[in-house]
Amino acid sequence: MVSATSTDESTVTIVKIDGESDLLRVRSALRGQAQQSGLGLTAATKLVTAGSELARNIFRYATGGEGVVTIEPTRDGGRSGVRAVFADHGPGIVDLDSAMRDGFSTAGSLGLGLPGSRRLVDEFDVDSVPGRGTTVVIVQWDR
Amino acid sequence: MREPVPMMRMGDNVLVTLLGDLDDRTVEEIEQRVTVEVARTQARGALIDVSGLAVVDSFVARVIARLVAMIRLLGAEATIVGIQPAVAITLVELGVPMRHVHTALNAQQGMLRLRETQSHGVGHLD
Repeated sequence: MVSATSTDESTVTIVKIDGESDLLRVRSALRGQAQQSGLGLTAATKLVTAGSELARNIFRYATGGEGVVTIEPTRDGGRSGVRAVFADHGPGIVDLDSAMRDGFSTAGSLGLGLPGSRRLVDEFDVDSVPGRGTTVVIVQWDR
Repeated sequence: MREPVPMMRMGDNVLVTLLGDLDDRTVEEIEQRVTVEVARTQARGALIDVSGLAVVDSFVARVIARLVAMIRLLGAEATIVGIQPAVAITLVELGVPMRHVHTALNAQQGMLRLRETQSHGVGHLD
């Protein structure tokens, strides 16, 4: 499900994740916002790929595979960028340090989701409370 | 599956074109169909054109690498062609291991590469 609310300057896109096809919606919303914010092709591709990894994490690991992705434009001085928040109320990450290392996986995947997406974006913050959920915030700037 | 996989026979080889934004299930279906097609047609090689993919995340990359391994198990060769520069940069930074995957810049070079491998005749009984 995608909904957009428009305020004076910025449009916030909210994508609710509860199925695999929502991954495509997250990618498409990120790509659209990246274009609007003036990101170059490489920066946009990295952002969309990181978002795809993080959305898949929600779909695979969060309770009921449910979560919410919020995408919005952001500014800092002369820079323009995209900020995206990936939030779920899943089991959370017990060992965050390990989860941020390459190849650490409790699910038989490549274990690149978190550490890999961190390398792809300019800013990356993860906050997780075991039993409560996980929130990842990423920002990609136009330069 | 929403769309059929464009597959084309070129001599002893199969040309597969991946297009658009693929969800996980579609990628896995393509993997299966291509593997079955290579076996059915007894192709000696498969050329997988990914120039139409704007995003290749770790899941899609892993399935492509797996497809290459499956084709090789069938005794054929596989070459991935047309990885977009932005996608290549992203895959390297993401850290997806794709060392065993043969690649070429475009379909023409990929076909040349397949023919070279095939002319050495390794692993094929004609």
